[in-house]
Amino acid sequence: MAVKFDLNEREVWDGNYAASQALRQADVDVVVAYPITPSTPIVENYGSYVANGYIDGEFVMVESEHAAMSGCIGASASGGRVSTATSSQGFALMAEVLYQASGMRLPIVLNVVNRALASPLNVRGDHADMYLGRDSGWLQAGAFNAQEAYDLALCAFKIAEDPAVRLPMMIHQDGFITSHTAQNVYPLTDEAAINFVGKIQPIDDMLDFSRPVTYGAQTEEDWHFEHKAKQHKAIMDSKPVIDAVFAEFKELTGREYNRVESYDMEDADVVIMGLGTTVETARVAAKNMREKGIKAGVVAMRCFRPFPYEEVREALKNCKAIAVTDRSSPGGAMGAFFNEVTAAMYTSNNRPMMTNFIYGLGGRDFSIAEAERIYSEQVDNIEAGHITTNIQQFSGLRGPKLGFFKTERS
Amino acid sequence: MTEIRWHSRAGQGAVSGAKGLGDVVATTGKEVQAFALYGSAKRGAALRAYNRISDEQIFNHAKFMNPDFVLVIDPALAFTDNIEVNEKESTQYIITTHLSKEELIEGIPALKGKEDRIFTVDCVQISLDTIGRSIPNAPMLGAFVKISGMFELDYFLENMARVLAKFPQKIIDGNMKAITRAYNEVK
Repeated sequence: MAVKFDLNEREVWDGNYAASQALRQADVDVVVAYPITPSTPIVENYGSYVANGYIDGEFVMVESEHAAMSGCIGASASGGRVSTATSSQGFALMAEVLYQASGMRLPIVLNVVNRALASPLNVRGDHADMYLGRDSGWLQAGAFNAQEAYDLALCAFKIAEDPAVRLPMMIHQDGFITSHTAQNVYPLTDEAAINFVGKIQPIDDMLDFSRPVTYGAQTEEDWHFEHKAKQHKAIMDSKPVIDAVFAEFKELTGREYNRVESYDMEDADVVIMGLGTTVETARVAAKNMREKGIKAGVVAMRCFRPFPYEEVREALKNCKAIAVTDRSSPGGAMGAFFNEVTAAMYTSNNRPMMTNFIYGLGGRDFSIAEAERIYSEQVDNIEAGHITTNIQQFSGLRGPKLGFFKTERS
Repeated sequence: MTEIRWHSRAGQGAVSGAKGLGDVVATTGKEVQAFALYGSAKRGAALRAYNRISDEQIFNHAKFMNPDFVLVIDPALAFTDNIEVNEKESTQYIITTHLSKEELIEGIPALKGKEDRIFTVDCVQISLDTIGRSIPNAPMLGAFVKISGMFELDYFLENMARVLAKFPQKIIDGNMKAITRAYNEVK
């Protein structure tokens, strides 16, 4: 019997501590981990909860992130509720095994504390690791603050383990900006949390001679394609389950989550689209712009995978200019998030002006003033009737302005 | 929104100080934020920690701020770090030093003309006397309570004792003494 953990109705927690408390309350059976900054405290805290008797689980320390996810696969395949955490280089080393986990349809929850990828070496927050995982077959949802890192981690087990989904899920939070920033967090009681998450329903967990199954089988051109198509369909079909879990969570806590979040969008002309903490900073800027008479709004991605094309289209149906912000080095293309949003909008009746801002790499600060500048530039574009700048620009970069790709105008 | 910037060296407890302050402020029903910029993350390296305090949920995640309070807990950083960066006309400074206010300002040209916004207290000596080690974060909290007028001293002590509950009683007592003494000595 686990020792009771004293919780207050209102705590001051950083994102890492919040996520680790969610793992404790969800009664996670196994965490297999190799620590890396800035996600280390999530698994470290889980280890201490086990050592101090607060949870009846198992903490397995391994030699690398590759081994960590491999261990998670073993534990999950044998029916346990399984989770771990990683960041950046650790995420990259885990990448090969991420595809194994999703291909085997194992409902592992991975807490990703987003951090830049070397080189140059950098421990601070950007979304390079999150983008690296975007084709890995995992569901991906993002927190904008510590409270959400906690809430979404609880929701993740319920979504991932749903028999209609059975897919692994990543919960992202911004390295340091969320993971190491203490804020008010309002946790559930242990009882309410575990009642919400429920018990895991294992599927094909133990060796059963009367009904043998294989995990990670080899399939060549005969069946590989069908397996991957089925996996993709499962990701696309997870949307109603995600919505239902968010609805149930709202009923329990009053805290509302949507796959696409819209703020001040009722009559917005100019929009910033963002991921992570940037969303909240942009919300402050939008309020400030409205005081100056500019109809500014924010549209934010709660779920990055499955990508909510319909909801994005709906959220942006009346706006005139959109700045899509990518916090990852685009490596010779437009930002990936920009490409997704543009794909959604090109097939809609509204054809707003779309620009792409690369910003915040390696933890570079994203200020309210910069968000306001981006809004003002969108207003200029509307007044001119066309995009007056390069389509892709770098925001907050030192040195001369950098931008690429202009609109074709005849 | 009240914004606070701490100037410290890694190991002096600015991050714990900022988090402890946040913890106590939250008990009054306010929303708080506490975070730090570690730089090279080596003991002794200069770092800055930050607090935001508001009646409403805090959405701003930028590191940039125009602080209402600047708390300097390392005596040398007052001279070598750019403690007045992004200040406002109303920014108040609490600086740990063994010097008199006049001597301190004499040595730091950027502080001239701001005499009525500058407060001094010797957090290093107070922590040596009360806790037995140079941990100037707790005395700085006492000085901040006095200058900001944000709490009654007794309320702050009571809640800080709760935040420190995991430590041995001797450490808690030392911290309480350090906070009280700095509250009384800051000027």
